Order: sequence, then C-alpha cells, then structure tokens
Amino acid sequence: MEWLLWFSKPENTKPLALIIFFVTFMGIVIYVYGSKKRSQKLESYRDIPFLDDETGTKDKQ
Amino acid sequence: MAASTSYSGVEQYNFDIVKKFSVMALVWAVIGMFVGVYIASELAWPFLNFDSPYFSFGRFRPVHTTSVIFGFGGSALFATSYYVVQRTCQTRLISDGMASFTFWGWQAVILLAGLSYLGGYSQGREYAEMEWPIDLLIEVVWVTYLILFVGTIMRRKQPHIYVANWFYLAFILATALLHTFNNLAMPVDLFSMKSYSLFAGTQDAMTQWWYGHNAVGFFLTAAFLGMMYYFVPKQAGRPIYSYRLSIVHFWALGFMYMWVGAHHLHWTALPDWTSSLAAAFSILLLMPSWGGMINGIMTLSGAWDKLRTDPVMRFMIVALSFYGMSTFEGPMMSLKEVNALSHYTDWTVGHVHSGALGWVAMISFGSLYHMMPKLWDTKVYSQKLVEWHFWLATIGIVLYIVAMWISGITQGLMWRAFDEFGNLQYSFVESVAAMMPFYAMRAIGGMFFLSGAVLMTYNMFMTIRQGKREAAALEAKLAAKMAHA
Repeated sequence: MEWLLWFSKPENTKPLALIIFFVTFMGIVIYVYGSKKRSQKLESYRDIPFLDDETGTKDKQ
Repeated sequence: MAASTSYSGVEQYNFDIVKKFSVMALVWAVIGMFVGVYIASELAWPFLNFDSPYFSFGRFRPVHTTSVIFGFGGSALFATSYYVVQRTCQTRLISDGMASFTFWGWQAVILLAGLSYLGGYSQGREYAEMEWPIDLLIEVVWVTYLILFVGTIMRRKQPHIYVANWFYLAFILATALLHTFNNLAMPVDLFSMKSYSLFAGTQDAMTQWWYGHNAVGFFLTAAFLGMMYYFVPKQAGRPIYSYRLSIVHFWALGFMYMWVGAHHLHWTALPDWTSSLAAAFSILLLMPSWGGMINGIMTLSGAWDKLRTDPVMRFMIVALSFYGMSTFEGPMMSLKEVNALSHYTDWTVGHVHSGALGWVAMISFGSLYHMMPKLWDTKVYSQKLVEWHFWLATIGIVLYIVAMWISGITQGLMWRAFDEFGNLQYSFVESVAAMMPFYAMRAIGGMFFLSGAVLMTYNMFMTIRQGKREAAALEAKLAAKMAHA
C-alpha cells in the first residue's frame, strides 16, 4: 500500500488532476465537434421539443 | 380537477400536477416578494420593526429567501420539470401518487419553514435555515422527486434524452447531495427543534458555502437553464441555436460549479489556497456561462422582430442578458482584490438580486406565461398586462441593483478609509446613515417588481377562469350535439 502515499503529495496530484480533467474536457469537445456525421446526428436532437406537437398534442396557442 | 389532462381525447400526460405547482409558484412569488419589500422597507424606515421580535429583520429575512427561492423558484421548477420531462420523453410521469406527494410535501416544507422562522427557530445556515425535522421532510420529498424523474426518463418513448432534462437531473442530484451533507447534525433530543452540526469552525463555514454557492449553481442556475433550453425554443418557434454547444455547456458548467463555494470565504481562517482555487474556477466558469447565454440568445437569430412583438420572448431574452451580466459580475467579485472591497457590503446583495430577479424570476415568468395558457387550453387573458409586468419588473430590477451598487461601493470605501493619523475615518454608524437614500431606492425597486408579480397573478387567475369557461362551453356544445344525434 506504499504506492498510495504518492497520492498524498500535492506536487503529484495537482498535475495528475490537470491531465485527467484536461483529457476529459478535450474528449468531450472532440466527441461533440470531431465528426461531421455525429455533428449532424447531435444537431437533429434540437427538434425534440417540437416533435410532441406533431403527434396529436398540438398546442392551441 | 381531473387527475390528468386529456389532449386530443388521450390521457397522455399528468398535467394536473403541473397546474398545481404553477399556481403555487405564483402564490409564493407574491408572498415571498411582499416579505422582501417589507424587510427592505424596514432598513429604510426602521419604525416598521415595531419593536417586536416577530417583525424583526432577522426572522423575516429567511421567510423571504425561503419563500422566493424554494416556494416560488422550487414550485416553478417542479412544474416545468414535470411538464418538460413528459413532453420531451413523450410519456406520462410514472406515478400520480408520487407526484402528488412531492406537491403536498414541498408546500408543507415551505409553510413549516416560514412558521418556524417566525417562531425564532433557525439553524443559522444561509438558504438552509430549516431545523432538522423539516430537513428530514425535504430529504423524503426530494428522493421521491428523483425517483419520479429518473423513472419517467427510463420509460421514455423518445430514444434521446433532451438536454433540458440533463440540466434538471443535474439539479435534482446535486441538490440531494448538497442538502444531505450541509445538514448533517445531531439533534439535542428527540423532541427538540435544535441540533448540533457535525462540522465545527472553519470546516462548518466551508461546508456551508459549498452548499450555499452550489445552491446558486444547481438550484438557481442549472435548473433554470433546463427551463431555458425548452421554453426559449418553444416560444421562439425555432430550435436551440446549437445542440453541440449545449452539451459542452452542460458538462463544463456542472464540473466547474462544484469548486467555487470557497470564494465566499476570502480573507478568513480558511487556508489561502482553498479560496484562491475557488476564485480560479470562478473565472473559468465565465466561459460555460456565457456559452449558454449565447446559445439561448442566438436561438432568436433571424427572428429578432419577436423582441418587438412578443412580451413573453422579451422576458426570456432579458433573463438571459441578466444571466450573462451576473455571471460576469460574480467571477469579478470572486477576485480577492475586488472581494476585499465588495464583501460584507450591499454590492453582494445587489449581485444576488441581479441573478435572482433578472435571471431566475424573469425566465420563470416567461416560461409560466408560455406554459399556463397551454395547460388550460386557452390564450393569455391580457397581453397588455404582460407588457406592463415586463416594464414594472425591468424598472424594478434596475432601481434595485443600481441602489445596491452605489451603497455597496460607498460602504466598502467608507470602511477602509483612514485619516492622516492612520485611524478609521468613519464610524460604522456613519456608513449606515449614508446608506439611507439607497435603502429607500431599493425598497421602491422591490415595490415595482412586486407590483408586476401581482399583475401576473391576476392575469393568470383570469386566464385559468377563461380556460375553464371555454372548456365548459365546449362540453355543453358537444353534449347538445350528442343529444341531437
């Protein structure tokens, strides 16, 4: 369990946290903007609030 | 009232619960804002204290904050989240009984909390003044809410979970976490309202502000962004500007908010690095906040004329503008140098209200104006009154925050002024005397805002009456037709 002590030192955990968070953030950005096909699919979800109106539940106003 | 609303003859959704929460949102808005105006007036005209503890600022202040945040804001969030989750998942809430329990349970929480504050019971934690028995009731109601919301999402007919539901779910989960840990306490005895906090000293302050700022982040921001992501596109009649931006907005906002609470404790016994880290995250938070604001405002791209013609849209866009403004002001105030001037002054009070009135209340008003006529299957009773409400609210906010900016900066400067011998130049009471005109100006701003809320309540009451009358007329017409057939 000696290796756990490595995590108790801020000079180790600070850069580690930075790498984890930065890689995660970049992962999300690449996932969201990285592929044209996926982008089109994601943007198609914009219409979800309006789908409900088409299935016989049209708003009166 | 029927247990559900029938749309096109199909009992598709439970709108009865949405109606109940919407009505109570307006009731708590008027009560909470009235108490707010009263305590603001007490500061401007102290005779209003009547030398009675029951009228004191200390007892009324949590009545005001609880009624507006949890009564008005909370009820508006229950209403809109139940509406949005059903409509975007195209399925009914999983249990009418559980929905009803969350309604009565939540209203009981607000009522009991208000009565206990008037009786002098408060655990002294900001925005969490409720004593332990009420905290337990909140816990039960909130877990029921979580089960109901998640269960409904799991039963959805639409494969994708729309982004508004992500924000609502983050709000429900984070609030459960915050409420639980902030209120860990040991009751003095089983029949006592009082309890000892599990935390002490600076840890207690840290826990309190971890809760306090995340209540702002998840209750007053993420949840109302959920409202924004559904109602702005619906009112504008066009989809959100960028769905991909909404995904980045969600994850960045959710991640960063959790770290910023300690910026409330600059220059205290809290280790310096902790509040510096919180300040760094507060600055970073500007980016997702403005990303979300831009996403909302740009939804109107190509239809800006709606701002001229549609007062409901105006409520929403002004709300987003105040959201942008207060999420710029917040990070700036979290800087240690600015905080040294602004902390403990009225500037903070002004900042909170530019978020609470400008963002939270305005987006709620806009969403309720959109949703309530649809729930009763009618049109808004008076567009003119909506216009009046908009201007009363906007003028009220401007009066309020300008008064607090001037008084806050004046206070800060007076408290740190030294004379040529190095003594404090002003006594505290001199700074209080200097505040009086601004306290009156703030109270008047509050009166404007309250008048707008009263107009809206009347307008919605008449809208509901009109909807019921139209439904009755339609039913009579159908019955007559059937009789002739």
